[in-house]
Amino acid sequence: MGLLDKQFEDGNIVITSLDNLLNWARLSSLWQMQFGLACCAIEMMAASASNFDMMRFGVIPRATPRQCDVMIVSGTVTLKMASRIKRLYDQMSEPRYVISMGSCSNCGGPYWEHGYHVLKGVDRIIPVDVYVPGCPPRPEALLEGLIKLQEKVRNYSSVKSVA
Amino acid sequence: MLTDFGRIFIFFIVGAIFTAGGLMTSWLFRPKRYYPQKLSTYECGEEPIGDSRVKINVRFYVVALIFVVFEVEVLFIFPWALIFQKVGMFAYLEMLFFLLILIVGYAYVWAKGDLDWDKPIPVIPQLSKLLNNKS
Repeated sequence: MGLLDKQFEDGNIVITSLDNLLNWARLSSLWQMQFGLACCAIEMMAASASNFDMMRFGVIPRATPRQCDVMIVSGTVTLKMASRIKRLYDQMSEPRYVISMGSCSNCGGPYWEHGYHVLKGVDRIIPVDVYVPGCPPRPEALLEGLIKLQEKVRNYSSVKSVA
Repeated sequence: MLTDFGRIFIFFIVGAIFTAGGLMTSWLFRPKRYYPQKLSTYECGEEPIGDSRVKINVRFYVVALIFVVFEVEVLFIFPWALIFQKVGMFAYLEMLFFLLILIVGYAYVWAKGDLDWDKPIPVIPQLSKLLNNKS
C-alpha cells in the first residue's frame, strides 16, 4: 500500500486539491499498451496517426505493461488470447484502465452465437471502464471513449470509500 | 568561491535531489498492490519459462576477439592511408610488417581450428531402416 493511497477513510478526511492534481496528472498521460488484436487495431492505429493524433491526449503507446495505464482491447478476443490478455492486465501497475473497443470485445460481436473460439466480451476476464461500440468503431469513436475515460479518471478519489 | 568543479558538484547535488524527489513523490502516492501474477516476468503475455540466464557458446568469445583485432587494424589503416603519400616507402613497409604480424596470428587461429564451427550431424533417414522399424 502506498503511504496515502486508500489509507484514509471517507468522512474523516477530505482530500480535494491533491486528488485534483493526481487525477489531472493521471488523465493527461494515459499511456496505452501497444497491442492490437484484430481489425479494430487498424482503427486504433489510425487514431494514433497524424489525422486523429491520439498523442495530443497524452496517449503514448508503450511496449511493456509496467509503464502502461490504459489497455485498449482492440478487436476479437479469442479464447487463446484471453489468458494472455488476463496475464497482461495482471502485469500492468495500478492505476490501470481498460477500454473495450468494438463489438467483438464488448460482447462477442458477430461471433456472439456461433463463434466457438471467441470470448463473449472481454469483461468476463478483466474489468472494463469504457465500452466503445462499433464494428469497427471509427477513430472519432475511440477518441470519445478516451475522453469518457478521462472524465472517469477525473472523479477518482484516493480516500477509502465507506459504503 | 566556487571552482569549476564545485559548480559541477552543485549540478550533481541538484540532479540527485531531483531524481530522489520524483521517486519519493511517486512512492508516496502510488498504489502498491502486489500479487504473484503481477510480479511475474513480462514475456509478451506468455507464461515465462526457464531462467533468464542463457548460456552462450564460448566460441563466440574467440570470434569476437578476432573481430576486435581486425577492426582495430582497419582503424589503423585509415590514418596510415592519409599520410601514406607524405611518408612514402617506409610507411608502406611498416604497414606490410604490421599486417604480417596480424596475418600470422590469423593463420595460427585458423590452424588451431578455432574458426571451425561445430555443426550438428544430420541424420539422413534411410529406407531400409524405416522398413525394419515398421515390421
